[in-house]
Parts: sequence; structure tokens; C-alpha cells
Amino acid sequence: MSSSTVERIRSVAARITTPLLPDDYLKMINPLWTARELRGKVIEVVPETDDAATLVIKPGWGFRADYAPGQYVGIGVDIDGRWHWRSYSISSTPDSNRDTLTITVKAMPEGFLSEHLVRGLEPGTIVRLALPQGEFVLPDPPPAKILFWTGGSGITPVMSMLRTMDRRGTMPDVVHVHSAPTQDQAIFRDERLALAERHEGLQTIENFDDEHGILDVEKLTKVCPDWRERETWVCGPAPMLEAAEKHWSKSKLGKSLHIERFSADLSASAEGGHVTFSKSEKEVDLDGATTLLEAGEEAGIQMPFGCRMGICHTCILPLKKGVVKDLRNGAEYQENQNIQTCVTAAAGDCVIEI
Amino acid sequence: MAISDIAEFAHLTPEEIDELGKEFDQIRRDIEGSRGEKDAAYIRRIIGLQRKLMVAGRATLFASAFPPAWVAGTAMLATGKILENMEIGHNVMHGQWDWMNDPEIHSGTWEWDTTCPAEQWKHSHNYMHHTYTNVIGKDNDVGYGILRVTSDQKWHPANIGQPIYNTLLALLFEWGVALHDLDIEAIRKREKDPVEMKRQLKGIWRKVRKQVAKDYVIFPALSGPQFVSTLTANATANIIRNLWSYMIIFCGHFPDGAEKFTEEELENETQAEWYIRQLFGSANFNGGRFLHILSGSLGYQIEHHLFPDLPSNRYPEISERVKVLCEKYNLPYTTGPLYRQYGQVFRTLMRLSLPTKRAFPEPQPPVRQSKRARPEELRNYNGPIAPQSAVA
Repeated sequence: MSSSTVERIRSVAARITTPLLPDDYLKMINPLWTARELRGKVIEVVPETDDAATLVIKPGWGFRADYAPGQYVGIGVDIDGRWHWRSYSISSTPDSNRDTLTITVKAMPEGFLSEHLVRGLEPGTIVRLALPQGEFVLPDPPPAKILFWTGGSGITPVMSMLRTMDRRGTMPDVVHVHSAPTQDQAIFRDERLALAERHEGLQTIENFDDEHGILDVEKLTKVCPDWRERETWVCGPAPMLEAAEKHWSKSKLGKSLHIERFSADLSASAEGGHVTFSKSEKEVDLDGATTLLEAGEEAGIQMPFGCRMGICHTCILPLKKGVVKDLRNGAEYQENQNIQTCVTAAAGDCVIEI
Repeated sequence: MAISDIAEFAHLTPEEIDELGKEFDQIRRDIEGSRGEKDAAYIRRIIGLQRKLMVAGRATLFASAFPPAWVAGTAMLATGKILENMEIGHNVMHGQWDWMNDPEIHSGTWEWDTTCPAEQWKHSHNYMHHTYTNVIGKDNDVGYGILRVTSDQKWHPANIGQPIYNTLLALLFEWGVALHDLDIEAIRKREKDPVEMKRQLKGIWRKVRKQVAKDYVIFPALSGPQFVSTLTANATANIIRNLWSYMIIFCGHFPDGAEKFTEEELENETQAEWYIRQLFGSANFNGGRFLHILSGSLGYQIEHHLFPDLPSNRYPEISERVKVLCEKYNLPYTTGPLYRQYGQVFRTLMRLSLPTKRAFPEPQPPVRQSKRARPEELRNYNGPIAPQSAVA
């Protein structure tokens, strides 16, 4: 059935389910039969290393498998009654014939959600999904000469790219430099080495920090001397990205560099920040004591408001990016949450949708 | 007379009021800190139950020409609608479940199964009513612009018709709620902004169209030759829901002991005084767990008004703590059986249709014989009692 036919049936059925959607009833039969909030079912949790695992997820209705290799997907997990959201790069290849996608997650120290995903998720768990997005993608066809520089779990989007080129038979001249703390902690090692064996054009260079020392830009340009001629994708820890950015722009090659930053720096303890009201296209610099509601009104935006004491929830707006702090109890809210603007202030730069 | 200085009326020192405010804050913090899986499971279970009732009710009514099916289907539909409006819709729209961060059970996205658009409800109810609770001239829920519910409202010859208005409002409650945010009073005084009114009417019309089509056209038509019996079943279910929600809601602020306030009270009102106003202005009723859930937990009207955005399944435990505070500070905690609470409301409505000065006894400040009241007195406290002669 074409998607417009489905939409038509849905809107007819919605006349008898109003104010709900047919999805709200269908999901009582099968939790994946709803496109209202995208859902997925965890089919399998495959351990990759001691602290990393691949989640095989079967998406429900409304999820499109036409993502580009390198994109990330938002995943929401219910922990103790609350949905927690993070974004992870997709490690599988886009393919309309397969009905699953995979993300590969490394358990971060103090990252309680990644820890939960790697060790606490039972097959069969229903998770929420957000549509794939991201600019860190591989074009089709790929450029003739490529350099991939990855560190730790930064391998995931690049793995999707490598797998895609492998499957499509479009592997060009690729140099892949990957760093991991130790050989045991190197994710997808067997598969990467097998790919390199299979494709003449793919050269894989591994660096194990404990053994070889840190691989910095200087060392990178040594192991890949023709780096200037290569379209480059870099994904890894923040210092590595900064170094790459600096080096490429110094060499006036910034255009051929693609960088993927991992999720926002959640350690934003600095109070206040630069706040963007996205739809109104207004931006303000705020201290940590001004509520977002006051700031929005000061900027001339028609902010929804009510009691102004955190009770009536009339002022709720979606937080699109960044972190805000509840001035009443110091609780932090992160992107994709709905926030009460009358009692929250910026904790770092953030974007609010209004 | 309406209360214009709550601190004075409560007979508490500024320090005591401050201290009491902190105790209420502590209750909020404790509940907020302990929300979790059990609470989430509660609301999901109620939502699941409600949807099953709707499906079963609608399905049964496909045999609505068969009288037992008509009765069973209507009963399930009415119960489903009552649950949806009261324990689910009203509470979800208060943001009681926003902490779950689930867009499907969130105050920002919920639309309920009545003719009133959620957006307008949140303005007239969450904001106006819950912020300015029982303040005459500010809170439109004091009589909804058509009833005289306190002698502080001036009598008008039109009030003679109050017994009729009351009956009509009860039967058509859903429609009254739908028009509520228009602010009948402001329209009457020609203070209403016509642009805003047009916008609101459009919103109401959009919602009404869908609701009416579903209950009075599509489902009856789908049941074919049983069109009329399905139509009457759906209409009956809506009316049962109307009568029930009318009764429960009227028991929140109109029984004896639920005080009204003047706008002076709002001047420089502290958070602690706001809490006390909510306590004085609201009335509970007693009952078992089943009755409370069917009433949208509004039998805990006091707790609901103190903490409108805390999950409704926690009100029973909150009420235990509120009662202890009321004993400690010698403050009234108005409650009683549902029939008596509604009886008082009905009597007040009838008496105030006449130019009566007062329908029920003048509010008496809490008496302070000693610093602490005796618990058994408070347990039996159901609002101030005065001889009947003081009433007429």
C-alpha cells in the first residue's frame, strides 16, 4: 500500500477514534503498530567488547529505512517510569530489504543511560525512536579518495559507511585510521580487518593507545601522507575533533573535512548561556538567574504563561538543544524534553522552540 | 463575607505561616523525589482500562437494538468517558505526568473526549482557576458566570431561575465547560476582545464538530438499522458523564466551609498564604479507592489544589500528611460523605436564587482554645457550624 493510501485510511479511522488516533488503540494489540511516537523493539543485544554492545532494533510503523550512512538516530528508553533520550550513530547500512537497524553503544563512565543500554536492556524491550538525521554522511557515489579517522566508539557512523560501500560494491581508495585504548577495546575489529582483506582499496591502520601512545594529528599525517588529497571524515573524542578542525582549516582544507560531534557536552555547569528561540528567530545572552519565560518576554516573544510559579504547566515549551536548570531544585533538563519556562534558566547554550 | 486577609483569618503568626509553607513545600519535594515506575504503571493501567472500556462499549453497541446490549454498552461508554475526562484528561492536562517525558501522556499534547478544546481548558482551569482559586471577580469558577454560589455575589432578579439553570448546566455540563473560557461574564459586560472571541469560537467549533460527528452520526450510522438506539445510547453515556462530573466538580468549592476571597487577599500574597487559600477554599469528600478514581481524585480536592501537578495516585498519602498539618496548626480540613457535600451545594444554590444574605453560616475563624487542637475534634470538623437561625 502506498503511504498516501495508509494516510487516507488513517484519517478516516481517526474520525471514530477522535480525540485519539487509531494508533492509540492498535498499539494495544502490538506496541509497534503506531506511528504517533516512533517505536522500536530490541531484538538482540550483541556484546562487541567488554564495554560496548550493538542493539538490534526492529522499528515500528512510521520509521523510514532510507537513512544515509553516517546519520544518527534518537533513542528513548523508559527507566523507572521516565523516558530518557540520547542520540547514537546508526552502525547498520540503509537497506529497504532489512527490517532492523543497529546502533552500537559504548558504556561511558557516569553515563547512566549508555550503561543501561549496554548492560541493562532485555531483548523484547520497547524503545522510542526519533527519525534519523545528521549531516555527517557519505555521498553516493563516494568520493574517489577517502580518509576516515575514528577514535573509540566514534567508529560507529564510519562502520555504517564502510558496510554500505562494501554492500554496494563502491569501495574506493580508503584509508581508515582507528584508535582504541587497547586491542580488546577496539570495536568491530574482526569485521574491519576482514573488510580490508576483501577490498584492495581499503587500508586499515590501527592504533592502540596503551601500546603505541596517542595518535595525534602529526602522527596521522605521517601514516597517511596524502591526507590533503582525501575527503576526510573524523569522529571521536572532542580533543581529537578540535585538533582535526584546527589542522585542516590551517591548511585551508576545511571544506574536505567532515566532523561528527557526539551529543552536547552535558557537563555544562556554567550558569547562564546563549539562548535561541528558534521559531521567533531571537537570541539572547542570559545569566543563570533569569527564567527563560522572562527572557522570552523581554525579547518580545508571545510566550505562553500561566501561574509563573511552576504549577499550572501552561508555559511548557520543547527544549531542542542544550541543558536548562530548574531554579527550584537544580534538576537538569536535556534536549527533547518539555520544560516549564517559568522556573527554568539556561545552563549553557540552548535552543527553545517557539 | 469573603475573606480578605487570610493570615488574620487563620489566626497564625507570620512565623507560623512561613513554617507551614515550608511544610507544604516539603511534601511537594518528597513526592517529586519519589515519582517512578509505580506511578507510571498506574496511569498507563488506567489509560489501558479506559481504552478497553471504550472499545468494548462501542462494540457492544453494534447490537444496541437488543436492550441488555444497550444498557451494557452505554454503561461501559459512560464509565470510559468519565475515566477519560476525570482521572486521565483533567490530571494529564495539569501536567501531573509530564515528568514521565512521554509526549503521549503530556499536558502539552493531551486532547480529551469532550467538546471543550484542551488549550482553552488549560487557560480557564489550570491558570485562572488554580491561581486565583475562589477569588471573587478573578476566578470564573465561582458560579461559572451564570450561578450565584455565594452571598458575596450580588443578587439579580435573573437568579430566580437558578434551579433551572442548575439543572440545565448539570445535564449539559460538557457544553458549559466548552464555553467556559469564553468568559460569559466578560461577554455580558461587553469587555471581550472580539478577535480573541472569534479565535476561541473557531477552536470550539472544530472540536465540537468532531465530537458530535463521532457520537451522533458515524457510530450510529455504522450500526446500520440500529441507528437510533446507538444514538440514544451515546447521548445517554454523554449525559451520565455530564451529571457525574458536574456533581463531583460542584463538590469541590461550593459545600459549606469552602471559603471565598476578595481581590485584596491577592495583594502581596506569599506562597505560604496561597497554600492556605487553597486549603480554605476547597472541600474533599470521603470514599473508597474506586469512587476516588471515578471522581478523577477530586475527592482529594484540597490536596489537588495544594499540589495540582503532582500525580493523582499519590493524593491519598498526601492527604494523610495534610491532615496532620491541619491538626498541628489548628486549621479546618473540610470533608464529608459525597451525598452530604452535594446536599449542601444544592441547598446553597436553591437559597441563593432568592435575595438571601447568606445560604450557610458565616465562616468562623479557626478557634484557638489552646495552641494545638485535639485531634478528635479535627477529625469531625466539617466546616463551621452555626445555628440554623443564622442562615435565613
